Amino acid sequence: MKKYQQFYQRLIDNVLTGKGASTVQQRRAAFNNADLQPPLNTLINKVAHEAYKITDNDIVLAKAAGCSDDQLFELIICAAAGQASRQYESALAALAEAIKDGGQYAS
Amino acid sequence: MRLEALNNGYKFGTKLLFRIIKIFSGYPLPDAAKLIFYRPDYYGDSAKLFTQRAMRGPSSWSIADRELMAAYISKLNACTFCINAHSAVAAAAYGEQTKVDQALTHLETAPISAELLATLSLLSKLTREDAVNADDIRQVIASGVSAEQIEDALAVCFTFNVTNRLADAFGFHVPSNDAIKASAKYLLKRGYA
Repeated sequence: MKKYQQFYQRLIDNVLTGKGASTVQQRRAAFNNADLQPPLNTLINKVAHEAYKITDNDIVLAKAAGCSDDQLFELIICAAAGQASRQYESALAALAEAIKDGGQYAS
Repeated sequence: MRLEALNNGYKFGTKLLFRIIKIFSGYPLPDAAKLIFYRPDYYGDSAKLFTQRAMRGPSSWSIADRELMAAYISKLNACTFCINAHSAVAAAAYGEQTKVDQALTHLETAPISAELLATLSLLSKLTREDAVNADDIRQVIASGVSAEQIEDALAVCFTFNVTNRLADAFGFHVPSNDAIKASAKYLLKRGYA
């Protein structure tokens, strides 16, 4: 189950540790949707769980709290990638378990 | 888009490219494509590589099937920009709109294969509940889907669960139907590279 591993890891590494305006600690917090202060925690939680409900005001509040466009660009991407990666890794683990003993499910 | 940097924060050469594309295609570049050009070292380059691999790389799913998965996941996430864009690519790739419309509205009775139905149901659970277990996977395998096909579908699911969130958080402008059709044609012909 390694067909996409290299591409996936590169994407995750870039958004978490690539050159940027936010700290690695902030990015990890956004990625994990944990340990962020208001109002940023609200925005990041919406990105993770109900992005379609995000409004202009969510962004205005985050900017008023001192976030720059580049910081928000990075933290929103980290939040989106974080939630999608939790899904993806859960499914890859389930797939590995389903096929681990060979037999009829072996690939 | 909601971040001014994503509207105007591009290098001169990139802005020029945007203008040229607009002149030749007749439509402004869709926000999904613009995003990829913003500080590409940070996200765009690696996202593009992953997406191209998932949507156009080697897989026994057809391009039409993968675009339908993309549209279906976008529907679950209520992401209008991506539903419109990828329904159009799927319809163009299948050569029919009805199949796509039916899959997005009544999945269980849509005219799609049992394998695709089982796979879309798995992606649905994963997108809605953020996790699946080995039994969920075994069910899909029992319907005739190979482990590699599941792995391929999960890559599509990852890509669109990222992109849907970005589209709605950054506030991608939803283009007109004509513009969507033009982009669909481009994505079908050229892919995401």
